[in-house]
Amino acid sequence: MKHCLVVDDSRVIRKVACRILESLQFATEEAEDGAAALDACRNKMPDVILLDWQMPNMTGIEFLRTLRRQNDGTAPIVVFCTTENDVGHITEALNAGANEYIMKPFDREILEAKLAQVGLL
Amino acid sequence: MTPDAFANLADMLRRRSGLVLTPDKIQLANSRLAPVAHLFGFKGVAALLAEFPHPREEIAQAVTEAMTTNETSFFRDRDPFNHFRDILLPALTIARAGRRRLRIWCAAGSTGQEAYSLAMILDEASLAAFDWRIDLIATDLSAAAIARAKDGVYSQFEVQRGLPIQSLLKNFTQEGNQWRVSDRLRRMVSFRTFNLLDDFGWLGEIDLVFCRNVLLYFDGPSRTMIFAKLADILASDGTLVLGATESADAFAAVSDAPRGFFVRPRGAATRATVLAG
Repeated sequence: MKHCLVVDDSRVIRKVACRILESLQFATEEAEDGAAALDACRNKMPDVILLDWQMPNMTGIEFLRTLRRQNDGTAPIVVFCTTENDVGHITEALNAGANEYIMKPFDREILEAKLAQVGLL
Repeated sequence: MTPDAFANLADMLRRRSGLVLTPDKIQLANSRLAPVAHLFGFKGVAALLAEFPHPREEIAQAVTEAMTTNETSFFRDRDPFNHFRDILLPALTIARAGRRRLRIWCAAGSTGQEAYSLAMILDEASLAAFDWRIDLIATDLSAAAIARAKDGVYSQFEVQRGLPIQSLLKNFTQEGNQWRVSDRLRRMVSFRTFNLLDDFGWLGEIDLVFCRNVLLYFDGPSRTMIFAKLADILASDGTLVLGATESADAFAAVSDAPRGFFVRPRGAATRATVLAG
């Protein structure tokens, strides 16, 4: 079973995402900001991270840059999931090492399609 | 909806488009026809259907279009497009190396996502840089769907269903919450309204036909007729791509391809032999 870390400061978004992911046979874990996500990764590196952008303590892009400086810089798969929906933010995320990008709002079909595109389904 | 009104509607749909409307679709018909009734100033669907069995042409056209299914997405089901990119296109490139021409038809192209998905694959293959002429034709019964396809503007939801983010950035420009397909891709596709019950002669010989998830809605005789016409226009080594759950009696399934890929059976050089097979 693949393990997904859902990083978002909205409890509702985390719950919705986890419910969809669990229905797709993922084990899930939650973190409410980038700092908590780094702690979770130190404890156990997930297969994939679903990552919001704007969060207190540490933003998604700061978290991603920190994460990519560790180990060999390629794992795990990171899928941004954010309301920052302009080309500038998308490009910045990809340059920082994001594998895919979901523009909120999202639904099950979009999340499933993106996970398939990164080879997890 | 009265039984008579339903029968008139089903009869008109079958005659105009080959689509079969079964009684379990009454609720669907009501919901899809409500906007049509409103558009033409009727009080409701019952008043609209009172125009039948001989409605005005524009009403008949609008009703037919409203009852067609336009469900589609970019790279829908992935496997057919991966097979096209990795196996079929390289094989066709070798087979057509002499004349450097490839002709592809999306027979039920809906709002354009299927054709633009193929265009992205063809664009990546860079055949045009080697003086290949690619005819990528996309047709649909619905004039509204074809108008949207030509426009090439899709919602945020639509572009996220099947389109990798790198492909989105490469091939689209953002316009607020919508995304417009690039002129480069739009120039690769010829869109036109076309009824599959009509004559296929204008198409000429086609190397690859995508006709996915549409013929299953047709009545048996219409389907048989369309398969015969497809056999007529398909190159002898051409490929017909249907939906994964569809079958085509007059064609042979490709064993080492995803479900839904068919070729003409061996020796089926003429329409007569295809029909006999």
